Amino acid sequence: MALEESHVRRAAHLARLAVSDDQASGFVDDLSRILGMVDQLQSIDTKDVAPLAHPLDATQRLRADEVTETNQRDSFQRCAPAVEEGLYLVPRVVE
Amino acid sequence: MQWETVIGLEVHVQLATRSKIFSGASTAFGAEPNTQACAVDLGLPGVLPVLNEQAVAMAVQFGLAVHADITEVSIFDRKNYFYPDLPKGYQTSQMYHPIVGPGDVEITLDDGTTKRIRIHHAHLEEDAGKSLHEDFQGMTGIDLNRAGTPLLEIVSEPDMRNAKEAAAYLKAIHSIVTYLGISDGNMAEGSMRCDVNVSVRPKGQEAFGTRAEVKNVNSFRFVERAIAYEVERQIELIEDGGTVVQETRLFDPDRDETRSMRTKEEANDYRYFPCPDLLPVVLDQAYLDHLRNQLPELPADKRARFESELGLSAYDASVLSASREMAEFFEEVHQVCGDAKQAANWVQGELSGALNRESLSIQNSPVSARQLGELVSRVLDDTINGKAAKQVFQALWNGQGKHADDIIEAKGLKQVTDTGAIEAMIDQVIAESPAQVAQYRDSEPEKRGKMIGYFVGQVMKASRGTANPQQVNGVLKDKLDALL
Amino acid sequence: MHDKTVTQLAAALKSGELSSRELTSHFLQRIEKADGKLNSFITVTAEQALAKAEAADKARAAGNAEPLTGIPLALKDIFCTQGVKTSCGSKMLDNFIAPYDATVVEKLSAAGTISLGKTNMDEFAMGSSNENSYYGAVKNPWDLSAVPGGSSGGSAAAVAAGLIPAAMGTDTGGSIRQPAAFCGITGLKPTYGRVSRYGIIAYASSLDQAGPMARSAEDCAHLLNVIAGHDVRDSTSMARGVPDYTETLNAPLSGLKIGLPKEYFGDGLDPEVEKAVRDAVKVYESLGATVREVSLPHTHYAIPAYYVIAPAEASSNLSRYDGVRFGHRCDDPTDLIDLYTRSRAEGFGEEVKRRILIGTHTLSEGFFDAYYTKAQKVRRLIRQDFLDAFQEVDVLMGPASPTPAFDLGAKKDPVSMYLQDIYTIAVNLAGIPGISVPAGFAGGRPIGLQILGTHFAEAQLLNVAHQFQQATDWHLKLPAFAEENA
Repeated sequence: MALEESHVRRAAHLARLAVSDDQASGFVDDLSRILGMVDQLQSIDTKDVAPLAHPLDATQRLRADEVTETNQRDSFQRCAPAVEEGLYLVPRVVE
Repeated sequence: MQWETVIGLEVHVQLATRSKIFSGASTAFGAEPNTQACAVDLGLPGVLPVLNEQAVAMAVQFGLAVHADITEVSIFDRKNYFYPDLPKGYQTSQMYHPIVGPGDVEITLDDGTTKRIRIHHAHLEEDAGKSLHEDFQGMTGIDLNRAGTPLLEIVSEPDMRNAKEAAAYLKAIHSIVTYLGISDGNMAEGSMRCDVNVSVRPKGQEAFGTRAEVKNVNSFRFVERAIAYEVERQIELIEDGGTVVQETRLFDPDRDETRSMRTKEEANDYRYFPCPDLLPVVLDQAYLDHLRNQLPELPADKRARFESELGLSAYDASVLSASREMAEFFEEVHQVCGDAKQAANWVQGELSGALNRESLSIQNSPVSARQLGELVSRVLDDTINGKAAKQVFQALWNGQGKHADDIIEAKGLKQVTDTGAIEAMIDQVIAESPAQVAQYRDSEPEKRGKMIGYFVGQVMKASRGTANPQQVNGVLKDKLDALL
Repeated sequence: MHDKTVTQLAAALKSGELSSRELTSHFLQRIEKADGKLNSFITVTAEQALAKAEAADKARAAGNAEPLTGIPLALKDIFCTQGVKTSCGSKMLDNFIAPYDATVVEKLSAAGTISLGKTNMDEFAMGSSNENSYYGAVKNPWDLSAVPGGSSGGSAAAVAAGLIPAAMGTDTGGSIRQPAAFCGITGLKPTYGRVSRYGIIAYASSLDQAGPMARSAEDCAHLLNVIAGHDVRDSTSMARGVPDYTETLNAPLSGLKIGLPKEYFGDGLDPEVEKAVRDAVKVYESLGATVREVSLPHTHYAIPAYYVIAPAEASSNLSRYDGVRFGHRCDDPTDLIDLYTRSRAEGFGEEVKRRILIGTHTLSEGFFDAYYTKAQKVRRLIRQDFLDAFQEVDVLMGPASPTPAFDLGAKKDPVSMYLQDIYTIAVNLAGIPGISVPAGFAGGRPIGLQILGTHFAEAQLLNVAHQFQQATDWHLKLPAFAEENA
């Protein structure tokens, strides 16, 4: 599957990564080679194979519905770039 | 051209767990910003989710209540998108293997008829935080207390054909979740939120029209208004030669309109894939049986029982079973007074009227079900008449006494049934009303029935409301007719 | 002191021959003196370490010592450490002081060990040479012109140079085993789910696993005893008993069935590496093991499958770095999209961006089935290869890497770098444990023997590795750098 610059642009947009024109063409080259290598997968017959998401065949353990956390806002917000009145600040969001 | 409306609803219900779906932070509403957002909710580097057993149990209970297939192996997926109220840059949800499969709900329309609405599926997911748009130096503030609150998203099939059906469906979902106790159903606080998919098609056409998804439709009333606006908009658009665009629109309750949300530069691509931090949720038959055995009587069953066993009308049965609180209140009044019809009349009449006037919910009623039941008992055993009963109710409402009997005693409202005393009062009224008596005598016989009301009123006034009205009526008629 | 194993140092502490204070100061001085040339540490926490060492000595005097009380260690900078910068090798987290401890860190601390600091690594654990660090490349103490391997390159180099007796690493596609091989130390990647991932900054969640890097298998056994076990905070950690891994180290190997996957001895394998591995296998034969060839037919699909699955998970895991709650934020964002795109473009390095883009692309509409679903199916086939092999043999052996450490700057092309992980990556896809032990040298650069076992066979791997180390002394060799910079 050939990779076009539009694919890279679209991925960069979805991933919220600013990519300059120079970088974009570099990424097209790199990603094309990587995906070319990945394309080897297409040569295996996997018709009757179920996808494997986890290496162990384990199932989800459930947690009791208990409140175990206490307020640590001050500690957590010490590493925040911009806070005011306990809120994280971002540029105005327009609905 | 005749148009048909096609409606499907996506209802998000916040589950009433104590802690969040994937963390041990509290879900309590109204805390100071970000004081209930723990490391997991904030998506700090390195944190991991662990699933809340109660969220699973509640989702399953809902599934059982709507006769749905419960998925044996359900899987959490990540829905990837960037938004400031979504801390991890993905929402943990269930795309491909939701916990609740196809089911159905019966709705009751105003005329008492019922309709079955199919549920496509319901899945568990985490709620997002909130953006606060007050001005913080031109910035938006983000509060993540709500992030990670468990949500059950209930997706209907496009089975509704008008706004009334959609509102009835939303009410049915509301009553099921509140009956089950899996949500407080508080729409004002966002515990239950609704997106509406609306399309129109020429009557008789099988294919669906292009739909618009209307977000932020967060009350029963708004559902009707949003649909009404949207249907009109779409029909007008098509009749003017335009086409409906598949898009997300926002309902603005202040302007009573829907409007297109941010013209997105492209369609979203959420890149769903199984969440590698969570394992498949496997539910066995024993677990499902255990939950099934714990299900309370559900609204549809209660409604049927109110009709068949208690002899209530379809309308009364439907109103009284609409919410668990209402039903429980009614059932206690009935249990205390022993008369279902009277209990139904009082709960829907005097009590509901008073609650509405003061915008109180039935849980906050100043008059308890037991108090109301005792009051109704005194009406049934003729201790007081209907008029006095209203006074007693008002006194109970105002906290002027704990029991109907105390108030009846204190206010001297006990009904007078002594025939001698009633006859004396009647004689006095007749003697004092020669003009009205003459008028009565001269009237056409069929009009006299109406005129007797005046005399009854006077007698009741003389008795300060305590005379038995039926008795007064009978004796008055005899005495007046004797004068003819 | 710096040439001693953890086991030896623990004995010296126990006998009172040494205090933790002396030991800690000694290693802090070595780091101070030598790390300018290696760049193996991002952060050194000297003050906290000395305070903890004194506390450890007091605890010992009071009779409250655990087996590893007072032992200095280093942590890859991927483990969250409360109050200490946790950068993950990225500019994105250059300002991130973690507000909590990873479970592994908590356990190590509760066991009385002392962290001297955080080691350098490839950014977000993405790399095989440690050249992808925001803090600069790490050098291999055996040859300063060579890479130490990656992504746990700082941990491997620091242990090899005698700057620390042992260190913690993480392994997503070989990131413990390959640098251990390149630096001539012992590195264990446990079974997926054996060690809690809570507090370890995620790269690819279904592949990441933490493990010890030390001078010997015996040291790794001591450390695994501390860090293994179920954690209620990690849904993917397994509720399974933890044996005492030191107890079975001396079990005899007679009758051990070793499988040599033929695909691990094919094209691209350096002849000297092959010879060292085959010589090591001969040692095992002399210890009573039997050897046979086996096949892992899907070996060559492991790298393609990995480069779909790992970037897909990474693209999602790294979305939380958005400049809002922690981490790098660009100056004066004009709007939300500018905040996101610029913060992320400035905060992430090239390789991280590459993998985010691959992952985003392969998960996107129209490509998901062809890439992601396909890779997951191939992942099942790869796991099945191993499960089938372990029906026939007890352990598998082969090289940890096709070549010894390569030169800094030698691999400019990402794909040729990725191909280095041919022998390690399938192990993560299958979730099985693997260990790399020193087994010789080529051109003065160490060679690693990789031993693989079935799920939860750590005790056996450590036993098999330890027996090799009883019969050989490759693991005791120190680079000249360690002496010159004492």
